[in-house]
Amino acid sequence: MSSTPPAQLHLAVALDGTGWHPASWREQAARPRDLFTAGYWADLVAEAERGLLDFVTFEDGLALQSSRYGEPDGRTDQVRGRLDAVLTASRVAPLTRHIGLVPTVTATHTEPFHISKAIATLDYVSTGRAGLRVQVSARPHEAAHFGRRAFPPITTAELQDPAGQERLTELFDEAADYIEVVRRLWDSWEDDAEIRDVATGRFIDRDKLHHIDFEGKHFSVKGPSITPRPPQGQPLVTALAHQAVPYRLVARQADVGYVTPHDADQARALVAEIRTAQESAGRADDPLHVFGDVVVFLDDERTAAEDRRARLDALAGEPYTSDARIFAGTPAQLADLLQEFAEAGLSGFRLRPAVAGHDLPGITRALVPELQRRGVFRTAYEAGTLRGLLGLARPANRYAATA
Amino acid sequence: MSKPLKQIHLAAHFPGVNNTTVWSDPRAGSHIEFSSFAYFARTAERAKFDFLFLAEGLRLREQGGEIYDLDVVGRPDTFTVLAALAAVTEHLGLTGTINSTFNEPYEVARQFASLDHLSGGRSAWNVVTSWDAFTGENFRRGGFLPQQERYSRAKEFLATATELFDSWGADEILADQATGVFLRDAKAGSFVHSGRHFDIHGQFDVPRSPQGRPVVFQAGDSEEGREFAASSADAIFSRHATLEGGKAFYTDVKRRLATYGRRHDELLILPAATFVLADTDEEAGELAKEVRRQQVSGATAIKHLEFVWNRDLSSYDPEGPLPDIDPDVGTDHISQGRAQVRMYRDPLATAREWRELATAHHWSIRDLVINTGNRQTFVGSPATVARTINDHVQADASDGYILVPHLTPTGLDAFADKVVPLLQEQGVFRTEYAGTTLRDHLGLAHPDSVDDRVAS
Repeated sequence: MSSTPPAQLHLAVALDGTGWHPASWREQAARPRDLFTAGYWADLVAEAERGLLDFVTFEDGLALQSSRYGEPDGRTDQVRGRLDAVLTASRVAPLTRHIGLVPTVTATHTEPFHISKAIATLDYVSTGRAGLRVQVSARPHEAAHFGRRAFPPITTAELQDPAGQERLTELFDEAADYIEVVRRLWDSWEDDAEIRDVATGRFIDRDKLHHIDFEGKHFSVKGPSITPRPPQGQPLVTALAHQAVPYRLVARQADVGYVTPHDADQARALVAEIRTAQESAGRADDPLHVFGDVVVFLDDERTAAEDRRARLDALAGEPYTSDARIFAGTPAQLADLLQEFAEAGLSGFRLRPAVAGHDLPGITRALVPELQRRGVFRTAYEAGTLRGLLGLARPANRYAATA
Repeated sequence: MSKPLKQIHLAAHFPGVNNTTVWSDPRAGSHIEFSSFAYFARTAERAKFDFLFLAEGLRLREQGGEIYDLDVVGRPDTFTVLAALAAVTEHLGLTGTINSTFNEPYEVARQFASLDHLSGGRSAWNVVTSWDAFTGENFRRGGFLPQQERYSRAKEFLATATELFDSWGADEILADQATGVFLRDAKAGSFVHSGRHFDIHGQFDVPRSPQGRPVVFQAGDSEEGREFAASSADAIFSRHATLEGGKAFYTDVKRRLATYGRRHDELLILPAATFVLADTDEEAGELAKEVRRQQVSGATAIKHLEFVWNRDLSSYDPEGPLPDIDPDVGTDHISQGRAQVRMYRDPLATAREWRELATAHHWSIRDLVINTGNRQTFVGSPATVARTINDHVQADASDGYILVPHLTPTGLDAFADKVVPLLQEQGVFRTEYAGTTLRDHLGLAHPDSVDDRVAS
């Protein structure tokens, strides 16, 4: 092996209710009655920040959670109901100082103009720590909440057949347009557009504000934004991707893509596929992080973690399955796995705590020190913005004249 | 006969995107940075105000085909700022102006319900309508709504959002770890709405929030707007801040409540009001003139005249006489994206009237705009302003005021430090918050208790 120091890992945590296991809310540490309070979310994010994590993501959707893809499941034994992710992220922003805040937004049913200014504002509120995770929705029941488009019924399996793929392609292409609009709006004010020139009475130099004039298949947006360019210039854009269609979105528009490899070979293949898509999109030279998503049950002993998983599965009445690899074991074992994945080309991880109240502290208080001992994780926050933590430069404004 | 003294309600309007806001003052800070909002909100909370108010504008204003650059330009996203302010305040109500044209009920309802949870019951929604294709160019559907349908959509929007807020009972979340029952009823949040503007069904995904529903404001002034407010609003953000104008509006709107089976005290009238404070009334009068000159620069005066003349007047000297030519009464208007355009319905008559005024008083263009424009509502020493506000409220010209300072973010400081203590001494303004929710501050009942009363 070479003598160069090992690559630094980036770590994010995905926050979703009381945790990713559907029975997580039954655990002592879960606080299910606090789920709809600001204090609950503030405590989780403070814990993540204590562990020097790069960022947290906030899951969201435009319908009650369901164990079925395209319809409600009518269950009363799991967490149902949630708060808007952008507002939750903003609510905790003034209470934190370093950690990135990345709420989920659904491109299919929302306005890119509203989301662009919302994330720009989150960036102001957090002084440069905002991002978004974009998702699409082919779910008929979510579409029915808006009444603007009707989607035929669909299951997770049917999404894989040709008709399902065609629908997904359509939705992801729309999402790519959506992100294009969001990004152009972030740039629609040049950084020094506000001049406050008392002599001429001009507050702005209007030559430094730009109509974005986006016209696409699904919508057109004029601009400029009503919100000036945010502190990071371009807040972080992230997306979860499981197959070729969303890889293309990641390759075209994202700063971070989340993938779900189950072993190192898969990780290597996924990274290669995304790099190829990146080249096709003409972005080969742009920095693009590929993070692996892993569900984690962390305990001091492997058997304790496995027993906990089994106990939760028993409470849920069925074994928990996931798109991502499910890990149950010790912090050292998880560190081994992450390093193995990192060698396969992943630059970071988005860990999904099985039980937020238990496994998040496991990450921050046991995994992180273990990674620090191995010299692969920061021992202090080294940058003031989320882009900075991820080694991403503040981008030039696409509309600024390059003199 | 002695009527008990009314308690005054006070709110703080973050300085807006218009020429009331003086940005040229060296003390003027950022209107975008969160630190400005936090400072302003903390000042309002220190003064025990009822709530903070944010206005809306979804497209930058243009005049003569160019972005209007003489006033403050730009603002952050309303929901995002209010959620963050919930973290730096404990009691202050958080009122956001949110459009019913360029949004969908499901999304807005989940945003307000979320804000209400995240603020412990302090959210309020000022429902506004718009229709213009100019603003619509920033949105997926474009300018889809004919002007005459804007209230029809607003009413149905609010009614639909209310159905969503009410789709959850207060006790649906059991989260019983022992029995494994999280939700009392699998049907929680179910809704079906089928109407002219919205045809939606499903399950709302935010459980009942502390206030049940956000407090609802209405700001329109037309006949339709007044009826809308009387039927569905908890408070009106009005523009009638003078004693006589306020009384007339107050009487008119409160009279309409009975039609909808509502009590006199179920709708608060809160006009927007500006103020100038100094040690003496005389000094305040002088300062008010100075502030008016800051608000109306020569360039601003010309642009203001252009609203009425509807033509390019850039060749005119603001310190000189009014134009001899008449306004262009064509259909396309030079100014887009602002409400004032509709205030001058007969530009020829306005121009005639202004010329007469200018001649009589020897006014330049700038003098005219300064003198005919919005003068500050309350000008005087702290004692005078406190007395005037109290007199207005006790005379039923309003139930209180939404104060609009002209400086960001310190414009509220003097009012908080000097006027509020006088109102408190007179026993007409709270010295401590009595409750935790905005409904508590405003004396509005929780919707569940109102619904019980109506049902019984």
